[in-house]
Amino acid sequence: MTRIGVITFPGTLDDVDAARAVRLAGAEPVTLWHKDAELHGVDAVVVPGGFSYGDYLRCGAIARFAPVMDQVIAAAERGMPVLGICNGFQILTEAHLLPGALIRNDHQKFICREQRLRVESTTTAWTNLFEDGEEIIVPLKNGEGNFIASPDELDRLEGEGLVVFRYLDNPNGSARDIAGVRNARGNVVGLMPHPEHAVEPGFGPDSPTGARQGVDGLRLFQSAISALVGA
Amino acid sequence: MGRIVVEVMPKPEILDPQGKAVMGNLPRLGFDQFTGVRQGRRFELTVDGPVTDAHLAAAAEAAETLLSNPIIEDVVSVTADTAAAAAADPDCEEA
Repeated sequence: MTRIGVITFPGTLDDVDAARAVRLAGAEPVTLWHKDAELHGVDAVVVPGGFSYGDYLRCGAIARFAPVMDQVIAAAERGMPVLGICNGFQILTEAHLLPGALIRNDHQKFICREQRLRVESTTTAWTNLFEDGEEIIVPLKNGEGNFIASPDELDRLEGEGLVVFRYLDNPNGSARDIAGVRNARGNVVGLMPHPEHAVEPGFGPDSPTGARQGVDGLRLFQSAISALVGA
Repeated sequence: MGRIVVEVMPKPEILDPQGKAVMGNLPRLGFDQFTGVRQGRRFELTVDGPVTDAHLAAAAEAAETLLSNPIIEDVVSVTADTAAAAAADPDCEEA
């Protein structure tokens, strides 16, 4: 069975939901600790949301230097699928595994809502089961989700097709409505909204099929399994 | 005890929501002469004994790797705080 690691840092909140998403998708979740010096033979890694190390200094800045991240960075560079969600996305940008940075929302407020996204890239380890241009709904909750990069860098991201998810109604001022990005190889993906909170009917966002029926997030985790099994 | 001061500011072209929020409230308190506010960070690093060039070099490296994110921030200055050295060393008062 595919083994997907989920890292817990001090201050991580969404590790249990991420592990549950991994299990519901059909893989075995493996708990990883921030002090781990090895990845315990996992096939992929999820860096979940929360407030690692209290988010002191900058979001994700301290976590990027955690012992387990040395292993994650090395594995990502070898091609292992790595998904960063919310604080995990911030950590992956701080680790320079993904481009750009996340700063305070332009309106200065924490925001929590169901978010419509457009899938812009389906040639990644985490989005291969989506259709190009597909609209999905997953929860979003953050205070510092404002994606930013230099104009040249943004042009490069657009030109090279590295934008993976775009907001349909930008909630935080993110440059060019960018909600998630990928690396060139497509094994590393990060996004601010939370797919792990939309994986089981009865517990997810409202969807066209009914109240709390949204399970659009599940396919990210199933995509990783698909990528690994097909590899 | 020596002290090194590292100052980090958001890049000029980067939106600074915190500075903007402060700017929005200054006029309400009667401070209507300011046309802009940018908010950065100041770090104070202390070392045993006086600050050496090696300390400053290490502080500069720390400033670039951990204390700032080069994508959104500039390290404005990395300097020895001579006032701190004077306060810690009474002999300096004569100088």
